[in-house]
Amino acid sequence: MPHLILLIAQRLALGFLLLLAVSALIFLGTEILPGDVAQSILGQSATPEALANLRRDLGLNEPALKRYFSWLWGLLHGDLGTALTNGADIASSIGSRLFNTMFLATVAAVISVPLALILGMLAVRYRNRWPDKLISGSTLAFISLPEFFIGYLLIYFVAVKLGWFPSVATVYESMSFTERLSAVALPATTLTLVVLAHMMRMTRAAILNVMQSAYIETAELKGLSALKIIFRHAFPNAIAPIVNVVMLNLAYLIVGVVVVEVIFVYPGMGQYLVDHVAKRDVPVVQACGLVFAAFYIFLNMAADIIAILSNPRLRHPK
Amino acid sequence: MATEQTLLQVRDLQIGATVYPPDAKPHDIEIVKGVSFDLAKGRVLGLIGESGAGKSTIGLASLAYGRGGVRITGGEIFLRGQDILNINKKDIRSIRGSKVCYVAQSAAAAFNPAHRLMDQVIEAARENGTASKADLTGRAITLFESLGLPDPQHIGNRYPHQVSGGQLQRIMTAMALCSEPDLIVFDEPTTALDVTTQIDVLAAIRNAIKQTGVAALYISHDLAVVAQIADEMMVLRNGEVVEHGDTRQIIEAPVQEYTRALVNVRAIDHPQAADTHTSLLNVSNITASYPGSAETVLSDVSVQLQPGHTLAVVGESGSGKSTLARVITGLLAPSNGTVEFDGRQLSASLDGRSRDDLRQLQMIYQMADVAMNPRQTVKTIIGRPLSFYFGLRGKEKATRIHELLESIELGPEYADRYPAELSGGQKQRVCIARALAAKPKLIICDEVTSALDPLIADGILKLLLNLQQREQVAYLFVTHDIATVKAIADSIAVMYQGQVVRYGPKSRVLSPPFDDYTDLLLSSVPEMDVGWLDNAIAGRRMESAGH
Repeated sequence: MPHLILLIAQRLALGFLLLLAVSALIFLGTEILPGDVAQSILGQSATPEALANLRRDLGLNEPALKRYFSWLWGLLHGDLGTALTNGADIASSIGSRLFNTMFLATVAAVISVPLALILGMLAVRYRNRWPDKLISGSTLAFISLPEFFIGYLLIYFVAVKLGWFPSVATVYESMSFTERLSAVALPATTLTLVVLAHMMRMTRAAILNVMQSAYIETAELKGLSALKIIFRHAFPNAIAPIVNVVMLNLAYLIVGVVVVEVIFVYPGMGQYLVDHVAKRDVPVVQACGLVFAAFYIFLNMAADIIAILSNPRLRHPK
Repeated sequence: MATEQTLLQVRDLQIGATVYPPDAKPHDIEIVKGVSFDLAKGRVLGLIGESGAGKSTIGLASLAYGRGGVRITGGEIFLRGQDILNINKKDIRSIRGSKVCYVAQSAAAAFNPAHRLMDQVIEAARENGTASKADLTGRAITLFESLGLPDPQHIGNRYPHQVSGGQLQRIMTAMALCSEPDLIVFDEPTTALDVTTQIDVLAAIRNAIKQTGVAALYISHDLAVVAQIADEMMVLRNGEVVEHGDTRQIIEAPVQEYTRALVNVRAIDHPQAADTHTSLLNVSNITASYPGSAETVLSDVSVQLQPGHTLAVVGESGSGKSTLARVITGLLAPSNGTVEFDGRQLSASLDGRSRDDLRQLQMIYQMADVAMNPRQTVKTIIGRPLSFYFGLRGKEKATRIHELLESIELGPEYADRYPAELSGGQKQRVCIARALAAKPKLIICDEVTSALDPLIADGILKLLLNLQQREQVAYLFVTHDIATVKAIADSIAVMYQGQVVRYGPKSRVLSPPFDDYTDLLLSSVPEMDVGWLDNAIAGRRMESAGH
């Protein structure tokens, strides 16, 4: 067991180191971006003196390295800085946005992950027969369609024709949980359809790979039914590759939902980021980038740790 | 013929498969061609044959199972009068794991690494029976105990990787017995084990069969092993029955030519070469471990080899014998000790050795399959050392290739074939030719016959002995098989846990008084004698009582 804790501690340390490297990259990236905040705030007609004054007020004249460290120092104290454009505190603006994004992602994940796993196992059970082809064909069709197209299809049929759910996913703080669920039903469905195929295909491939093993034959010769063999004997040994793909898709649900948020007018992180990129509001872009990177790193780290834990050789050393 | 007592009836069984060769049309092949036999309750039938004889396929067919694309194309199999080839899937499932159980060759691969052993042992019985989990756990513990497993109360809580290969094989036997079946199919259950482990597992399996009165099909390529367990034997070749009879009759008075050859296999008589008082290879005080590991794999190993002689390095898996070969070839630099070859000290690492050093020291491997590039023809494979070491080209090279092919008893038509077009024995012969092409003074043979059927292995050993006579090449023969050692060695080094425990000329090493380990090793080798196992075990009991 101490061996395992060490292994996990190593991953965690590596994750933080990676996050530090990413923060430097993000800072560097925004530094070399063309464009000027002062210019975009004051507009084309601003006088050179006004621009210079504003730059000085915003601290843009300080050396880059100094700004990086003061930014990093702020981050460590939970201070993401203030938005250049409206002076709002970034941490509190991101807070509610992030909650919305997480809520949508969680709903989509709770539906899509079990569904993908079950469909993957069914595809293995009936491999190369019609249920397999139907599952593979339909999930591949959904991944091939652009997200906005699926979104508009759902809006047209489910919201407009059937009127089951609202087409605009407006959420506000006083909403109850079920009201929120109903509001995000369509964006969550869209996201589910988008991420389903990747996870399902990986589940199918990983389990099929394990199905070649001698212990699967043992299970067959014990007279177990095909689904029991897949669920009890193949799946536990296919967790490592599957969990990697699942985590990649969960990360996508959080950081890649800009299009879906725009279509359903959902107040999440994606919209927030895009808005401020357009306004050249560097501190906000940096903060969003860092939050997204943290999610990516954390989820991939979780995938690693789950893969380690799923290996009985590491869990129970000799 | 079929009586109350008949458990399994196999009638004119035909089994086929479709093969998909890379450069030909898919076609059907016959694996089993009309095999019939009866098995009475509580009897043990040994199925004997070389690889490809169809013995495993017949074993699996009695569970109505075909591995991969194998399918039963004709004939009938009755289990207690029930036709098991013409029943629905649900009924087949209710037979598998409850009425007929299977014990696989490699228990290490046949257990699911993700589950505890106990859960796997009682799984089939829970699936098909009515007994409670607690009852079955109790039954399993009793079986663990009777199979001689250590700590029977708790061993089931472990995962497969936490117990040894021999223990896993016994636990697999317990798994089969746990369902209280009518018939168990044992498919080479001891083949993957070390010889000293094999004897215990063999005894455990035989006792379990006797105690429970279960009938068994015991599949093996090793006649001496089957002779200890089976009441009757069926010799198979290319999917057909060669001979079927009582065990004693098959061993002591075989009727068919092929059976006789199997019984007399490994009867090579190799007289020990005279001491020349010179030394070709002088390994002194080698201590070695693998990079990044603190464990010492070899400690203070010293052996010598005379020109044109054979030194057999014998030991179980993990004894360090292959590591010794790696040190001699320079693949692993030892932490201490020297290797002297032909009067000069060899550099510890491969980089420091001259091309001539490399040429004089060649290697042949266990898996001829993976030791050759599958995309090169035999001509290219053998020709490579000819151009690399001697700069031969064109006609000269072609002549030499034909000479080499001739020396390994293959015709010139093999020059243009690919490894995939050769049989296992032929592949190993090509590897021998490749080693010979360098005109070496020493060839290291690492388990070169272990992957081959006994008769084929015999041919390879005879070839190696002939070549030694002609070319005066010395062999360092790494093997776990005592029969091979007896057949080929002039001197022997017995290795155990990284040390040489016994070393000297063959005549001395193989005659008493023995040290404990060599005694154990030699007495564990199955002999072609029906009563061998009883005597060996009785001998051990007396010994341990005497101590």
